[in-house]
Amino acid sequence: MQTFSHLLQKAYQEKTDQVILYLLESGKEDQPVTYRELIEGAAAYAEAIEQAGIQPGDVVILILQHGSDLIHAFFGAVLCGAIPSIMPFLTEKLLPERYRADLASLISITKPAAIVTYPEFESEVRSALVEGDSVHAVLVSNQVADSTIPDFDRLAGLKRKPEDIVLLQHSSGTTGLQKGVALSHQAVFNQLESYSQSLRLQPDDVVVSWLPLYHDMGLIAGFLMPIMSGISLVIMSPFEWVRAPHKLMQAVSKYRGTLSWLPNFAYNFCAQKIRDRHMDGIDLSSWRAISNCSEPMRWESEHVFFEKFAPYGLLPEAFATCYAMAENVFAVTQGGIDAPVTVDEIDREALQREWLARPAQAGQPSVKMLSAGKPIPNVEVCILGKDIQTLAERHIGEIALRSNCMLTGYFHRPDVTKKAFHNGWYLTGDYGYMLNGEVFITGRKKDMIIVGGKNIYPQDLELIAMSVPGVHAGRTVAFGIFDADAGTEEVVIVAEVDSEDPAERERIANDIRQAVTRGSAVALRHVHLVDQKWLVKTSSGKIARSANKDKFLKEVL
Amino acid sequence: MTDTIMDALAKQIAVEMLKQPKRVIQPDEALISSGLIDSFHLVDLALFIEDTFGITIDDAELNADTFDTLKQLAELIRSRQ
Repeated sequence: MQTFSHLLQKAYQEKTDQVILYLLESGKEDQPVTYRELIEGAAAYAEAIEQAGIQPGDVVILILQHGSDLIHAFFGAVLCGAIPSIMPFLTEKLLPERYRADLASLISITKPAAIVTYPEFESEVRSALVEGDSVHAVLVSNQVADSTIPDFDRLAGLKRKPEDIVLLQHSSGTTGLQKGVALSHQAVFNQLESYSQSLRLQPDDVVVSWLPLYHDMGLIAGFLMPIMSGISLVIMSPFEWVRAPHKLMQAVSKYRGTLSWLPNFAYNFCAQKIRDRHMDGIDLSSWRAISNCSEPMRWESEHVFFEKFAPYGLLPEAFATCYAMAENVFAVTQGGIDAPVTVDEIDREALQREWLARPAQAGQPSVKMLSAGKPIPNVEVCILGKDIQTLAERHIGEIALRSNCMLTGYFHRPDVTKKAFHNGWYLTGDYGYMLNGEVFITGRKKDMIIVGGKNIYPQDLELIAMSVPGVHAGRTVAFGIFDADAGTEEVVIVAEVDSEDPAERERIANDIRQAVTRGSAVALRHVHLVDQKWLVKTSSGKIARSANKDKFLKEVL
Repeated sequence: MTDTIMDALAKQIAVEMLKQPKRVIQPDEALISSGLIDSFHLVDLALFIEDTFGITIDDAELNADTFDTLKQLAELIRSRQ
């Protein structure tokens, strides 16, 4: 298949009445959607986008909540040859002015030609626009027809080439929004073909997902893969799932779901929050692979999840793992499909001090490492040492990869793209080791914090904290610490302050919490105020995040 | 005037959700629309209310339109007891 549009045309003509997705919304009947409905809804958006003067290859930003408008607008942009990019919708937590600043930051780099949103959000979007920027049109959802018969002879999407960019994916926050991962039709198809083999994807598989579509795991595994492969998809909003996690279990039971992807925290969350009364009559025996993906995976999290749900038919074989990144479209490795996930119990001291994954010795402190599985067929992985030399098995280094589904580049950022590669290998910024062809992830070289599967750039949080009166520029540091109970990282901010007055310090700590929570949509609980000169700096005077994290863990916890 | 329902809710929120035991929550302080309570904690709040006061709050009601302050939440609980 050449492009997304060709595939959609084929599905429209050959699988017209196949129900391809079920949209689950709280308080409403489940809504089955056929390929015909999906593509006619998309064609209506394609027409509106085209009429707004958007040209093939232009970027269209979608600011819509999880639901049919978002789905139609996404494929509508594709059908008219434009490049869709989904921006997270404003949440209650985030200050509107912060959201506007993030949007402005996205616009300045990505240079979209249009933004699609709801009528009630139009003025918010317009307030982020400035005279002379790239945005020619703000399309509002209620002015787009519900459906249109697609005219495939006219749709510009069918004139795109396989190497053209089909979509952009962004991480969140000011920094993340400036680094759009641009993927070609061919790259996505190559990923789907290879990943389908690793998953042993079958026509009767059913994917169940509550994941957001602005993130690679939700967009690729929980959306594009099933729709482009003709596999049924059951989809619900992350906002509804977080309020009622049992709805995931009910959906799997009702639709005989077979595949899901969850970030590690979701295993703890489901195990802790779901009440037995919500599990009456639930049968989870159809679930054949639940892949733990997108944040560090913990054996303990898997364990509590499988213990909790085994009485409802959950099979131990369903335990699966995946290592993925948007730069490779999605999956790099997959484990737990043909054989149980390998658990490698290693020596804790050697891991921390010697960069070695040495098998654990009786009586010594150990860590149970979960294998992320083998690279999927089109991906090669190697582990690089400090001098970019290839390391042997069980030696920990930076994970590098090579595949035919890599990003075309960071959109409009050739400088950043160039730095990401070394001799054709993409440097992931993650640390890990190999054993018997399987990849184990041990940590991160990059300073990214991952909370609930969401990537957070510490520099964004530090900038916000510095805006609080009493805190000085360049004297804050943000990092993540693992919270075993929640199964994910918690953000910590350490800030140097001059004041020694306890009441004033309390005020500053509260202001930092408030400013960061509302400025980044990351709930900040741990603020630690220190005296001057506490923070560790590098020789060039920069704040060293990992050294400060180590100091915090030693001195404070 | 003291209100045992509000006191119990305030304590639960400050200690278990915000992890700031000393944090005083005002009866009219916005909880959800201000971002004070994280969406991950809404289900905890619903479970706490169910266990403590014996009433259920549906997941569709866990938003600022149904209640946004301690006072409104206490009224909602009282109306269902």
